[in-house]
Amino acid sequence: MSLTRKEVIHIAKLARLELSDSEIERYQHQLSSILEYADRLKALDTSDIPPTSSVLPARSRFREDTPTKSLPVNKLLQNAPLAEKDQFKVPPALEEQK
Amino acid sequence: MSQLTDLTVKQAVEALNSGACSSLELTSSLMERTNNLEPAVQAYLTRIPELAIEQANAADAKRKIFKKNNSAIPILLGLPIAVKDVLAVDGIRCTCGSKILENFVPVYTATCVRKLQDAGVVILGKTNTDEFAMGSSTENSAYFTTRNPWDLERVPGGSSGGSAAAVAARFTPAALGTDTGGSVRQPASFCGLSGIKPTYGRVSRYGLIAYGSSLDCAGVLARTVEDTALLLQIMAGFDPKDATTMDVPVPDYQLDDRTDLRGLRIGIPAEYFIKGIQPEVEKAVHTAIAKFGEMGATIKEVSLPHTEYALPVYYLIAPAEASANLARYDGVRFGKRIPTESNIEMFKQSRGAGFGSEVKRRIMLGTYALSAGYYDAYYGQAQKVRTLIKQDFEKVFESVDMIAAPVAPTTAFKRGVHTEDPLAMYLEDVFTLPANLAGVPGLAFCCGFDDQKLPIGMQLMGPHFKEEILFRAGHAYQQVTDWHKCSPEL
Repeated sequence: MSLTRKEVIHIAKLARLELSDSEIERYQHQLSSILEYADRLKALDTSDIPPTSSVLPARSRFREDTPTKSLPVNKLLQNAPLAEKDQFKVPPALEEQK
Repeated sequence: MSQLTDLTVKQAVEALNSGACSSLELTSSLMERTNNLEPAVQAYLTRIPELAIEQANAADAKRKIFKKNNSAIPILLGLPIAVKDVLAVDGIRCTCGSKILENFVPVYTATCVRKLQDAGVVILGKTNTDEFAMGSSTENSAYFTTRNPWDLERVPGGSSGGSAAAVAARFTPAALGTDTGGSVRQPASFCGLSGIKPTYGRVSRYGLIAYGSSLDCAGVLARTVEDTALLLQIMAGFDPKDATTMDVPVPDYQLDDRTDLRGLRIGIPAEYFIKGIQPEVEKAVHTAIAKFGEMGATIKEVSLPHTEYALPVYYLIAPAEASANLARYDGVRFGKRIPTESNIEMFKQSRGAGFGSEVKRRIMLGTYALSAGYYDAYYGQAQKVRTLIKQDFEKVFESVDMIAAPVAPTTAFKRGVHTEDPLAMYLEDVFTLPANLAGVPGLAFCCGFDDQKLPIGMQLMGPHFKEEILFRAGHAYQQVTDWHKCSPEL
């Protein structure tokens, strides 16, 4: 599996990662060789094998819906890059076009 | 009594309980040794000397009150430990070895750490790690590379390399680590220590900053198997805050000095003794296996036929989970933000500037494996092969109680040898990944040294929730050998 430069740029866009030209070039090469290595998995017949997403037995656990004390808002906001009126402050989102 | 800094967890607890030393004396000696040697070793990302002294004084004061009132003393009261910097501790900076969390201060404490605090431990500081625990050497830390106390030109292993170096350098009797693909066992092996990666679901992940959620396990590094058992005893158990912890009883890990292993069946998988393994590693592990035979264990050849696929499976599943988990670092609620005019630009630039190259590589890889058109071929296929790997273990555990194998193909490597070739670095994990994919516990400990005087590690892997039999076998081995007593000269 060999990735094109265009594909690398597309993945970076999906992952919301700003990459430099040299990073794009490096990842194109490195990801291709990792994926090439991973291609050996395709040799295995897994048509009858269920996927494993968790090693634990599948089950749902119920509990009482008991209200507990939440962390104080000012404590939670202490790591915020920007906050105002007890809220996280971000650039406008609705003006996005693309 | 030997020097305070030489005490194991067990000895330290005994010394504290007998009054041979106070927590302040113990904590101060460890801190003094750290002050002298940390510039050479670089184990810690964040040290908290004043807070450590404060905790030690508080522990000593509590002990007096408990004694006066004749009430039960918490079993680890006053014991200093170090914590890997991916486990959250309320009020203490937690970077995950990343620039994106350079100034992040958690507002709550990981359950496994809180349980240890309830049992009385003193936290000395936060140890270095590969960024977001992605790596096998600490070279992916955004801050610095920790040195291996056995040879300062070599890496301590990773990603819990800071924890391993801190214990090996005798800055602390024990340290917490996390193991997603070998990150407790491999540094334990490289630094001559004992390290337990428990069963997935045995220890709460609440407050363990997520990398690969179906694989992440908090564990312990210490100088003896018994010490790792003492700490895991406290950390283990169901946590309402982590739905993936299992509500099963935690047995008593208390160990005795019996070395008779008759009745124990140990499987040796041919797939773990492959071409390319350092000959001294292979020899030392075989010698140790023979020792288990001398102690009465039955040694049996077994096969885990899908072992060779663990590496590609892991390097699709873990990055896929990481790409989702690390989506939270977007500059909105915490972490680095690059101010921009638009949201999308803020996400891209904050992430581009905040993450290091290995983290970006794995996010890219995971995003690709999960993307439309490639999901079935990569992520889906990897999940199916994960089932085959898990079944390999289930089948083998029908005929043996545990599996013995090397931890890593080599002893500690020199800094820089793998940094240009990510795939070569990933190959260092080839023997540790299967346990994570199958969710089984793994116990690493030292079983010899190579001709460079570097420690060699072996691991025992057992069925789900059977940590106690690994502890019993590992402890028995340490009753009849002295490898775990060797310390690096610093």
